[in-house]
Amino acid sequence: MEKTKKLHKIEIIEELCKGCDICVQFCPFDVLAMNGPVVEVVNLEKCTACGLCELHCPDFAIIVTKNK
Amino acid sequence: MENQKQVRVMTGNEACAEGAIVAGCRFFAGYPITPSSEIAEILSYLLPKVGGKFIQMEDEIASMGAIIGGSLAGAKAMTATSGPGFSLKQENLGYASLAEVPCVVVDVMRGGPSTGLPTLPSQGDIMQTRWGTHGDHPIIVLMPSGVREVFELTVRAFNLAERYRVPVVLLMDEIIAHVSEKVTLPDVSELEIVERTKPTIPPEEFLPYQMTESDIPPFVSFGEGYRYHVTGLVHDETGFPTNNNEEINRFLNRLNRKVIRYKDEIIELENEKDEGARIGIFSFGSTSRSARQAIAMARDKGIKIHSIRTKVIWPFPDEQILEMAENVDYIIVPELNFGQVAHEVEWASRGKCEVIKINRVDGEPINPLQILETIEKLASK
Amino acid sequence: MFNYEKYLRMDKLPLIWCAGCGDGIVLKSMLRAIDRTGLSKDEIAMVSGIGCSSRLTGYVDFNTLHTTHGRAIAYATGIKMVKPEMTVIVVTGDGDATAIGGNHYIHAARRNIDLTVILFNNHIYGMTGGQVSPTTPGGFFASTAPYGNQDNAFNISGLAQAAGASFVARGTVYDAVKLDRMIEKAILKKGFSVVEVMTPCPTAFGRRNRLGNGAKMIMDLKKVSVSVEKAAKMEVEELNDKIVTGILMDVDKPEYTERYLKLMEKLQNQSK
Ligand SMILES: Cc1ncc(C[n+]2csc(CCOP(=O)(O)OP(=O)(O)O)c2C)c(N)n1
Ligand code: SF4
Ligand code: SF4
Ligand code: SF4
Ligand SMILES: [Mg+2]
Repeated sequence: MEKTKKLHKIEIIEELCKGCDICVQFCPFDVLAMNGPVVEVVNLEKCTACGLCELHCPDFAIIVTKNK
Repeated sequence: MENQKQVRVMTGNEACAEGAIVAGCRFFAGYPITPSSEIAEILSYLLPKVGGKFIQMEDEIASMGAIIGGSLAGAKAMTATSGPGFSLKQENLGYASLAEVPCVVVDVMRGGPSTGLPTLPSQGDIMQTRWGTHGDHPIIVLMPSGVREVFELTVRAFNLAERYRVPVVLLMDEIIAHVSEKVTLPDVSELEIVERTKPTIPPEEFLPYQMTESDIPPFVSFGEGYRYHVTGLVHDETGFPTNNNEEINRFLNRLNRKVIRYKDEIIELENEKDEGARIGIFSFGSTSRSARQAIAMARDKGIKIHSIRTKVIWPFPDEQILEMAENVDYIIVPELNFGQVAHEVEWASRGKCEVIKINRVDGEPINPLQILETIEKLASK
Repeated sequence: MFNYEKYLRMDKLPLIWCAGCGDGIVLKSMLRAIDRTGLSKDEIAMVSGIGCSSRLTGYVDFNTLHTTHGRAIAYATGIKMVKPEMTVIVVTGDGDATAIGGNHYIHAARRNIDLTVILFNNHIYGMTGGQVSPTTPGGFFASTAPYGNQDNAFNISGLAQAAGASFVARGTVYDAVKLDRMIEKAILKKGFSVVEVMTPCPTAFGRRNRLGNGAKMIMDLKKVSVSVEKAAKMEVEELNDKIVTGILMDVDKPEYTERYLKLMEKLQNQSK
């Protein structure tokens, strides 16, 4: 198991995000939160890059890149 | 069947089925209905033998949808029906018009409306072939008047459909569909068979609904490397829906222009004019058989006639009718309905002559003597 | 990250669907499933009817056909007959497939023609503003059921099973990973296959029935979903308000176009 705490990357494509809240609901670690019409990353350290947010975003608006 | 003229005794429905095979039809989807069912029956037998496919669908709506799909997948495709089924096809027929998918729809007319007179002839669907589906749209409608002509016009129907990317209706009536005639079929090897115009450019540059000089975009089948979108929504040159006024105008104008501008190539008729004739007759389909006899009898009696017998009812031969109207006092229009075409003739003749209707709707053909009587009465005026 | 761009017409984004509509989740699942099948884009024809869900065909880079309301399966049947070598996928809604297109749906199943139907069940007519559909449950409100729906609802999957389909599965947008597998299997299956996908329409169904936003409706799907395996051990009454998910039917039987091709071959050999 990797111990070094390197952050994963979460990219929100604002032109595509409809602020639907789905990714927020799916995230097990409260990494994301709604901020007006789009979603925002509020807790990147907690992100495990599980990919649930990206998997369920209907609009291709969130991309998670695992930090190896 | 190859390479020689054949003398055969056959019905109109048989001639239609065999003509379709010769034209290259390789997909038929249909739903049985009198008096068209024999076309489906014969094609269910013939098609698999020549590498084609037949399917009996669950209804006429499905049949029309299936032939559009089949045509997009690369086959020359046809369906056949009669009035009630033709009514059901209208929405998808409009789709074929708008999406410019070539296909042939045979309508063997029977008395209507509704279930009407299933086994008796009529010409009651003429306006429905023109305006049955909603919206302005292009369509070509052919009306054979004999068995050999059914064969010829079936081949032509496919040629026109492929050439202009338009649905073509072969409109017969029960008399033509069921009459047995001795016919000499044309030499198949000498027939012109039109294939769809494929794009010559690579897929990246391909615009499925391109504005071309000819107004007819090239057509490529699904699965041949040119992936594109087909929709019943009004679309731009790329094939995707548009709400832009300019693009809507451009598309709908091209769509509706594409048949009208080739009217002269499409319209096929017999125009026989006795010098100095005061009486004109405009006929089509089975009624032109009665008209032909009446004209012969009238000529025997020394009455001069200007006869136009058309094989193409839509686009309408309005110019030929106007030319006739300018030179005669009367145009007689015999038809097996209450005067659907007579109104069109009245419009085309622009008040230059009087239009005389002869109508019959009781399931019997018009008697040539009835036409002769009208001719004589008019001649003595 | 999965490369959706490979299959998307990127210039058509953003998707037309409302915020929180589940249809985009199904779209993505379909693309992942297609990718796993290894099929090339040229081999795939995707055919849809009319409805919100049916707009999907505009976004994907296959041979796409957006037809008339209810008729996608009929058009697809024509494509499959003429080019059996193509993989033909139908995208349709609950109204599209089981109201106006119900006849085509059951007859394609009866024929067992090799089409894959992805049926977006949102219990409502989304596109036209929330009228009652054949899958709107009794008592629920719709713009044409202002006093609550008096009608019974269809079991869409059951309909396909009874009519003769080879493969029937039910999934939800909550469990997208499972959905991928179902769709992949459905595509690879020779014969008529249906994947019924439970997907929320927050705008035309959720709001009127106070079900919350799309995200909430999706989370609620989890609560009512029961796997087929688990359902098998439950009493009928316990399953009343549940959605049974998983592969409901998977059988091998003769496929329509294969049969027809065999017949053609036989007849053509005879005439040689
Ligand atoms: C012949 C015809 N009738 C009615 C309509 C109007 N219409 C368009 S979509 C639709 C219902 C769509 O509902 P569904 O299939 O469930 O798709 P959804 O929008 O929910 O995804 C209706 C009734 C139409 N386009 N064509
Ligand atoms: S799921 Fe997608 S569209 Fe919805 S809020 Fe998250 S990123 Fe935005
Ligand atoms: S990848 Fe997982 S942990 Fe990270 S934000 Fe998305 S859902 Fe949350
Ligand atoms: S109306 Fe309903 S089904 Fe249509 S896009 Fe909006 S949420 Fe989706
Ligand atoms: Mg719906």
